[in-house]
Amino acid sequence: MDSIDIEIKKAQEDRRKMENVAPLSSVTFDADLYDGNRFEGYERSIAVNEDEEEGDGDASVLARRMASYTGPKSLLDVPRADGEDDSGFKKPSRIIDREDDYRRRRLNRIISPERNDPFASGEATPDASVRTYADVMKEQALQRQKEEMLKAVAKKHEEEKSNKAAAAEAQAPPAAAAQKRRNRWDQSQEADGASAVKKSKTSSDWDAPDSTPGIGRWDATPTPGRVGDATPSVSRRNRWDETPTPGRLADSDATPAAATPGATPAGMTWDATPKLGGLATPTPKRQRSRWDETPATMGSATPLPGAATPAAAFTPGITPIGGVDLATPTPGALNLRGAMTPEQYNLLRWERDIEERNRPLTDEELDAMFPQEGYKILEPPASYVPIRTPARKLLATPTPLGTPLYAIPEENRGQQFDVPKEAPGGLPFMKPEDYQYFGALLNEEEEEQLSPEEQKERKIMKLLLKVKNGTPPQRKTALRQLTDKAREFGAGPLFNKILPLLMQPTLEDQERHLLVKVIDRVLYKLDELVRPFVHKILVVIEPLLIDEDYYARVEGREIISNLSKAAGLATMIAAMRPDIDNIDEYVRNTTARAFSVVASALGIPALLPFLKAVCQSKKSWQARHTGIKIVQQIAILMGCAVLPHLRSLVEIIEHGLGDENQKVRTITALSLAALAEAAAPYGIESFDSVLKPLWKGIRSHRGKVLAAFLKAIGFIIPLMDALYASYYTKEVMVILIREFQSPDEEMKKIVLKVVKQCVSTEGVEAEYIRNDILPEFFRNFWVRRMALDRRNYKQLVETTFEIANKVGVTDIVGRIVEDLKDESEPYRRMVMETIEKVVSNLGASDIDARLEELLIDGILYAFQEQTSDDANVMLNGFGAVVNALGQRVKPYLPQICGTIKWRLNNKSAKVRQQAADLISRIAVVMKQCHEEQLMGHLGVVLYEYLGEEYPEVLGSILGALKAIVNVIGMTKMTPPIKDLLPRLTPILKNRHEKVQENCIDLVGRIADRGAEFVPAREWMRICFELLEMLKAHKKGIRRATVNTFGYIAKAIGPQDVLATLLNNLKVQERQNRVCTTVAIAIVAETCSPFTVLPALMNEYRVPELNVQNGVLKSLSFLFEYIGEMGKDYIYAVTPLLEDALMDRDLVHRQTAASAVKHMALGVAGLGCEDALVHLLNYVWPNIFETSPHVINAVMEAIEGMRVALGAAVILNYCLQGLFHPARKVREVYWKIYNSLYIGSQDALVAAYPLLEDESANIYSRPELSICFRGFHAECYVVEVMVKLVSSSKHGFFSFFLLLAGSRVPDPPDLSGGRRREVPGGASTIANEPPEVAAARRLLPSMHLLRDVLLNLQHEYYRNYGDSAHEYYRNYGDAEDERHACASMMHAVCRLPSAVCRLRASRCVYACMDDG
Amino acid sequence: MQASDRFNINSQLEHLQAKYVGTGHADLNRFEWAVNIQRDSYASYIGHYPLLAYFAIAENESIGRERYNFMQKMLLPCGLAPEREED
Repeated sequence: MDSIDIEIKKAQEDRRKMENVAPLSSVTFDADLYDGNRFEGYERSIAVNEDEEEGDGDASVLARRMASYTGPKSLLDVPRADGEDDSGFKKPSRIIDREDDYRRRRLNRIISPERNDPFASGEATPDASVRTYADVMKEQALQRQKEEMLKAVAKKHEEEKSNKAAAAEAQAPPAAAAQKRRNRWDQSQEADGASAVKKSKTSSDWDAPDSTPGIGRWDATPTPGRVGDATPSVSRRNRWDETPTPGRLADSDATPAAATPGATPAGMTWDATPKLGGLATPTPKRQRSRWDETPATMGSATPLPGAATPAAAFTPGITPIGGVDLATPTPGALNLRGAMTPEQYNLLRWERDIEERNRPLTDEELDAMFPQEGYKILEPPASYVPIRTPARKLLATPTPLGTPLYAIPEENRGQQFDVPKEAPGGLPFMKPEDYQYFGALLNEEEEEQLSPEEQKERKIMKLLLKVKNGTPPQRKTALRQLTDKAREFGAGPLFNKILPLLMQPTLEDQERHLLVKVIDRVLYKLDELVRPFVHKILVVIEPLLIDEDYYARVEGREIISNLSKAAGLATMIAAMRPDIDNIDEYVRNTTARAFSVVASALGIPALLPFLKAVCQSKKSWQARHTGIKIVQQIAILMGCAVLPHLRSLVEIIEHGLGDENQKVRTITALSLAALAEAAAPYGIESFDSVLKPLWKGIRSHRGKVLAAFLKAIGFIIPLMDALYASYYTKEVMVILIREFQSPDEEMKKIVLKVVKQCVSTEGVEAEYIRNDILPEFFRNFWVRRMALDRRNYKQLVETTFEIANKVGVTDIVGRIVEDLKDESEPYRRMVMETIEKVVSNLGASDIDARLEELLIDGILYAFQEQTSDDANVMLNGFGAVVNALGQRVKPYLPQICGTIKWRLNNKSAKVRQQAADLISRIAVVMKQCHEEQLMGHLGVVLYEYLGEEYPEVLGSILGALKAIVNVIGMTKMTPPIKDLLPRLTPILKNRHEKVQENCIDLVGRIADRGAEFVPAREWMRICFELLEMLKAHKKGIRRATVNTFGYIAKAIGPQDVLATLLNNLKVQERQNRVCTTVAIAIVAETCSPFTVLPALMNEYRVPELNVQNGVLKSLSFLFEYIGEMGKDYIYAVTPLLEDALMDRDLVHRQTAASAVKHMALGVAGLGCEDALVHLLNYVWPNIFETSPHVINAVMEAIEGMRVALGAAVILNYCLQGLFHPARKVREVYWKIYNSLYIGSQDALVAAYPLLEDESANIYSRPELSICFRGFHAECYVVEVMVKLVSSSKHGFFSFFLLLAGSRVPDPPDLSGGRRREVPGGASTIANEPPEVAAARRLLPSMHLLRDVLLNLQHEYYRNYGDSAHEYYRNYGDAEDERHACASMMHAVCRLPSAVCRLRASRCVYACMDDG
Repeated sequence: MQASDRFNINSQLEHLQAKYVGTGHADLNRFEWAVNIQRDSYASYIGHYPLLAYFAIAENESIGRERYNFMQKMLLPCGLAPEREED
């Protein structure tokens, strides 16, 4: 053993010498770059919180509160990727990358072991091994003590150090520096020295006899992933067994991990490999293990490249591609050491890549490279020893990226690169990080050999892996299986697998979402079984509550809410109680949030007693603090739902205002603020008890506490009555004004906010504000410094705006108007923004002549002097002021226009753009001031600038022209329209969105209002340009274009435009064609369909798919747009639609069906039923289509028909298939039936078929046969029907009419018409359907029907007398029933209810046929 | 069915429809359908006051009685369900 020690020492010395003496031959790392601690001396991150309680400070609470329940606002703080790549894909983001240090503290938490469930165990004393509530509390107390002790020790150390430092200041620095500069090779050797002692105790594996192969695991198949096996101290297994084979990655992972320094008693035997032929003879050096050299690498951030893959480096000739295989496991090599930082993973990935590129050439490769002849393979000289010190090896390798020329790499199919190994059994791929958790799955072991428990475990792992990494279908089935078998698996195994995954440091958002979803589903199933795991789950889920992602927070709340419902209040409290006074602020913070979720899930009253106890805890201020914080979080989370419990909540926390601990006082005030905010505008009476301490408090406190108190007051004052508000405001204002001068930023913000709140309350008088607040306010806040911080700036503008609402424009604007000429631009901008807000809200009528002058002067100055303005504050301000002043601007307009003109000619594009934008803002005012000439002049100037090359500017210029044209009209426009438009035509070609939009708007405007100023030829030219515009991405542009087609068509007649458009149907691009069809439809709408339809229908004869479809689509849009007008054209297009509905092409039928839909909806109730039924017969066979678009269109067409023809007709079509023997048929028919039923359930009652009774069941509806006879009865029937119709909400009119009129086989005694039949005289007719018989009994003659109708008509016209006159003029001399029916139908069609109208018309129509 | 179709409106249509009471499906039998029809009819009679009045006159009952009767009939409008034939 001594000898070994000596050897080791010697070797180390050798190496040290080599490194120090010969820096050229060895590597001298630049320690600054390569040393693991290159960040030493830096702050690792900028602390989020100055101290741990800063998180409770106002601003961050505010931010967090905002974040906690508003979606969009939370997004403000989410860091956005600035370098988003153009591909449009977002890389999956890891949670850890966007977390700050505070949030990252979640990783410090430990998933605690499960706890006793007292409900389950009942009376029995829990087993000693089970953690009970008492145990946990005890642990917590111990930890507190420990922490306090450590703090004390640290403090003492600090003191001692500072004492010493004072003494030894002189010598210390150089020594320390030397220490620091030492690179890690030295350090590693120190570690080496330590481990060498241990090592000396055992000899190497190689020396150990192989006498017990069974134990020595020569044969044993190692199970990868079983961490236990990898612990060498237990297993002592020989590493040569583990030469990794492909597919057994995890296996090899185990090796290096096992070899972690310190833990490896066995001698390191890599060097002793017998395969290394040349090295077989042991040299003293060989004894040195390479593992010894780099103990630091494992833990440190920079693992030594090369060290981890010895085989690749050492066995060039033997493992040809083995290097690859061996290289792969390296990243995993460190896995078993526990969690790694993502940086480490990246580093390892990179390292592996480099290793792969720089592996020594194999014999095969060399053979391939050199010619076969002329070369001889030499034996290595006997003295050759391969470089083994990693340091030198590193030097020997060429830089990976230094390849001077690109050579096309030959494909090597054996290589694996980064592609992970195929996982067995259809499992999704694993990321390197996953091996730690799922490694066991890679082991292709016989499942049968495992115990049932292990099998279950593996099953869970498989499912989880599928959920985490699988494809959506895999994920879905796995999730379902997990849910279904949750109780079978049991809570323990499930959570033991899921929760560690959630703590994985490299987790991505999506993965976390999925895993959280698993927990959610499983929770439902497990119910009370989760109790022992509640704390575990909370540890993992609580961090979600403070995540910056809104959805993560919602998810977290949902889980905790479900958890508390499943586990019950008692368990939740027991689980979280110990965390309430945890020493870690992070833990307390998240616990408070979790508690608020519990309160919202189980109700506030349930939690009140507990909260009360916690808030009064004598033991620790932390408990009180957390308790009060819970109340705050409840208020934030539940909003106005706290109102019923407001008084109790206030009572629970009120004593905190006088707490001895400052932090408790602060949080109490903040909680009161939150409660008041949540309760606003109610609940002031609940705050009565805290008013006094609050107002007293603001006199006695300073700093942070004062800020919190002020905040609470700020939120309470708006709840008060006017009188009290005024009184209390005056009370607080003294303090506020004092604090105006506070240098503390946080305090400033709070003061501003409180001022805003106080000022906006009713009771505060303007006079008071003017005299007492304003002078100090402006003196302290309206200073340049305030404009520099974004949040201050905003708050100040808001507060000033609020004050202006009370004291009026003059006071505010008068005070700051001079500052428009301030020399600081940000300050000017702040002034401008305030003026804009105030003036646009309150108008400018208060502003007197002098102020007006100053104002205009100021804005002109500020506008001209601006250098950078991205938010257009100046522009908006200018516009707002000018618009507010209205006609009073007239004297200044020449000056303003001069400025504009001058700036339009500016070199900077931004300035030109702003000038043009300003014109469009003030154009309306210029018109008000009758400055048409000036505008005309500006128009000419703008016209001259149409050659502008910056698209943004050009767009603005066009916008300005549009504004001018809009206000002065086409006739007065200069330059005249006939000059302007030809100049615009080429601009239409511009592809820039802003230009396009403004240009098309302008052109459309001209086409609409002043088309006659431009020759038709020019319009045609524009038409061609417009076709291109249909390709625009922006919908607004396409819409404007399509409308412009309509205007142009109206101006120059549709023929030419239509020809252009129809030609455009032949183009390939779909979007273009679609827009063209829309344009055709619009042309048809504006120029009447008859001008378009013939040409359009003629185009259908072109034997080209796209064209025909385009025509059909145009028809569809056309009928959609023309609505009722369609009744005149429906017969014309029916043959075309017939043809299309019979076409082989699916799209034909689809488009035709949608045309039919629009047609039916348009003409519903207009007497086109015959054509519609005819078309329905063509549509109906398509109900079995499976293509989603087609079936969609067909179903919609049928729905349209339902509206137009009435539900009864469609029902009759349906009845044939509802009980069809083939299920596929039944399914479709029931689908149609269902939509029919949902659409018009009531109307169907009249139309259901008569079912025959069966033995015990009555299916017929005897009520429908009830009728009563006699003349009076008939009159009554008429009356009933009249009422039914005039109530006009239902289809019962149609019901009767249907019974009366439909399907009557025209027997002579019914159609005789004129004679009034003796009531009850109708005889039975052979083969008469029962419903017709019923109808006949009910309404003995058509004559009576006419009476019904006439009565109905009188009733109708009594109600709607206006049109009665018209009716009698048209139909007063109706002679026979048929005519009466026709006229009735007309009347019916005007009934107010569409449904009633439709059905009535349908039935009257049927009568006409029969009668 | 393609993967893309699985989530479009058509595939959900039946599910949506199934939410309503009274809709049917391919396995509906005569009895179930008749029950739906009867209940709809009674609901409709009750819902339209003039119709209720009509029935009241025809049967010489009060309107309230008619309404009550119809409502009672909605319970088992077609009697007890017949024994299912084994399939």
